[in-house]
Amino acid sequence: MSVPILKQGPNLIASIQSALSDEDLIRLRDNLAAQVGQYRSKGVVVDVSPLDVMDSFAIRTLRDIAHTTKLRGAHTIVVGIQPEVAFAMVQLGLALEGVATALDLEEALSTLGALPGAA
Amino acid sequence: MAVEVAVPVSSDADIIGARTQARQVASALGFTHTATTLIATAVSEVARNIIVHAQRGSVTFERLESNGRHGLRVIARDSGPGIADLARAMEDGYSTAGGLGIGLPGSRRLMDEFVVDTAPGRGTVVSMTKWLS
Repeated sequence: MSVPILKQGPNLIASIQSALSDEDLIRLRDNLAAQVGQYRSKGVVVDVSPLDVMDSFAIRTLRDIAHTTKLRGAHTIVVGIQPEVAFAMVQLGLALEGVATALDLEEALSTLGALPGAA
Repeated sequence: MAVEVAVPVSSDADIIGARTQARQVASALGFTHTATTLIATAVSEVARNIIVHAQRGSVTFERLESNGRHGLRVIARDSGPGIADLARAMEDGYSTAGGLGIGLPGSRRLMDEFVVDTAPGRGTVVSMTKWLS
């Protein structure tokens, strides 16, 4: 299942719809890196709220997305991590260090709008 | 001890199938939403280990009852190369496959009991249990 990516002003919004296979996650990473260049985006929001499990592969790929898009000049914020998923991530020992998070899309967009250089 | 269900694992889509099955079995046994998520996450890790290291294998779910306690045992089995250095494989950050090296030690933290039976050339059996508190 591919993840729709919406362009909204200077930002890209990737709304995950359902459980993703490893292959889907890799495709999301590559599509975001390409579209950040194509649209000269300044911000990326990845909404993971439908994910009921985030295992080490998903966490690593989200981290890769944040780092890759940063090298392409955009700031990534992960939103919508469910409370029990957050607890499982902490137990697992992977808590998305170095990646910005927000509770929801609204908060993420307001953070991105306040960044220097934001339109 | 009753075998609930066995899920074959041979593609990355099967990882999703295994954790969906984990969720269904755990939830039917009465685990909380949070405990169910911990179990499904551990299942995802051991199922991925099967794909990465052995290409194919299976994940089995068993309902347990012991001294009035109820629990769920998950057994991930493969006939792959086995683990040469189990002590190191149980350490955070040790990986032979370019991963994060969190699969086994992380799964152990998510579950109550965790046993690995493996030897080079003999495959790997990971048996992990969560008890209903």
